[in-house]
Amino acid sequence: MNIIGNFNTIDGAARPSMWKQHQRSFDLLMIAAAFVVLWQVFFQIGGSVALASPWQATRTAIAMLGSADFWGDIRTTFSAFGFSVVIEAVLGILLGAILGLRRLTGDVVEPMIAGLYSIPKLMFFPMITLFFGIGISSEVAFGVLHGIIPIILFTMSAVRNIKPVYLKSARTMGLSTTQTLFSIALPAAIPEIFTGLRIGISGALIGVILCEMFGSSKGVGFRLMNAVANNVVTDISAITLILIVFAAVLSGVLMKLDERLHHRI
Amino acid sequence: MTLGRIRLLVVVLCIIALEIVCRTGLIDSYTLIPPSKMAVALFHLLRDGSLTPEIVATLGAVLIAIVGAVIFGILGAVILHALPRLRRAIDPVLSIYYSIPMFVFYPLFIALFGLTDTPKVLLGFLLAVVTMIASTLNGLDRVPKVMRKTARVFRLSKWSTVREVILPSAAPHIFNGVKLAIAQAFVGVLGAEFILSTGGLGYQIFYAFHDFDNNKMYAIVLLVLIIVSIVNTILLGWERRLRQRRGLA
Repeated sequence: MNIIGNFNTIDGAARPSMWKQHQRSFDLLMIAAAFVVLWQVFFQIGGSVALASPWQATRTAIAMLGSADFWGDIRTTFSAFGFSVVIEAVLGILLGAILGLRRLTGDVVEPMIAGLYSIPKLMFFPMITLFFGIGISSEVAFGVLHGIIPIILFTMSAVRNIKPVYLKSARTMGLSTTQTLFSIALPAAIPEIFTGLRIGISGALIGVILCEMFGSSKGVGFRLMNAVANNVVTDISAITLILIVFAAVLSGVLMKLDERLHHRI
Repeated sequence: MTLGRIRLLVVVLCIIALEIVCRTGLIDSYTLIPPSKMAVALFHLLRDGSLTPEIVATLGAVLIAIVGAVIFGILGAVILHALPRLRRAIDPVLSIYYSIPMFVFYPLFIALFGLTDTPKVLLGFLLAVVTMIASTLNGLDRVPKVMRKTARVFRLSKWSTVREVILPSAAPHIFNGVKLAIAQAFVGVLGAEFILSTGGLGYQIFYAFHDFDNNKMYAIVLLVLIIVSIVNTILLGWERRLRQRRGLA
């Protein structure tokens, strides 16, 4: 699965000790501080025409998060994001499972899907808007387009990698097909499927925001492009900050869940 | 080899199906044009030469981004590998990096560097460099201990150990990184051109899209797909040869 190799897969290393945990959070804090310092340096170089200082951006971001107007945009972004996650999860796991079970089809299709993954999906943006029109449906479609491929690939490999011994013992114990599916196959495949979902969920967020940036009249991405068009520097910095922090927190939480699932097996 | 043939057949059947769907009017021509028309439009665009400067601009930016990403990626990975504590600290950043929509930084880059080629090259570089770092680190982790020991036995200096033993040993992983970095650089540069720029293939697609010039738009989309597929195929073939020589495949 080297085409998605840029996402670290998790290996079941032992849990770090308390002291190590403390050291880790301290290091993480230092990294965060380094980013703020870097930002301040850029601010000193670029000046207030180019970007806002960390302090200004944080204040504007908090003010934005307090306004009802902005929450309307957040709601739009979130509903598009939610729909794309549901659609891509259902379709992706289904397709992945089918491809995993049918060996020949999987062998034929896998490199094609992996190749599709390395194509700039922004190229399909005009096509998506022409098909779905401007609005939430094209946001959802673009989100799904960005996120579904890793879900398919990971599910496929998860289904293929179920140890034959598990399925054999299921047969020995005389489990029915549904019992095998729900108490053997799914639990065995879930950690890897979740890794796919984690990447897919982040992809969907990127897709939805990108789509809002060029082809929408609502949403956080639209707000960002609007601020760019009007050249409101503090707003640009604040919205960028909100989006980055949200994406980072979401991804961090999913990463933790992913680690936990891998530890359980 | 039969797998490859089946794959080719599937692609050809998909194209034919698309052609039929468009020709019979199931999908109207404002939405999608038949593949044959795309190819003809692309042929005309390539022959009259109006697209050549755009192709050069895009590929040039991608090339600079890739070269930068490869150099800084390998350098960064070697440094991180030498400093385990820094690496542990930066690891979470590396692992969530690709879930952050980097394109939201593009407006900031434009504000900082102006509407030149720098922002799009920088975006391509930033997307490509981290996958390069991750792959190189992965390769450095897998250098067999015995090789490092042998280098010590031969009393190689630190620099020649890295150059003559460690990097060649990690080469397959580094190559995989280059492959991913190239894909990411294309995504970054074309995306940046698409958002806001003064030239390049992404810009031309955006322009044609806003002009409702579907022939031109789909022709350039097709061109991008062809370029990316050709690059992918070459790299895959090259990688297979590299792995075979190592006895890995």
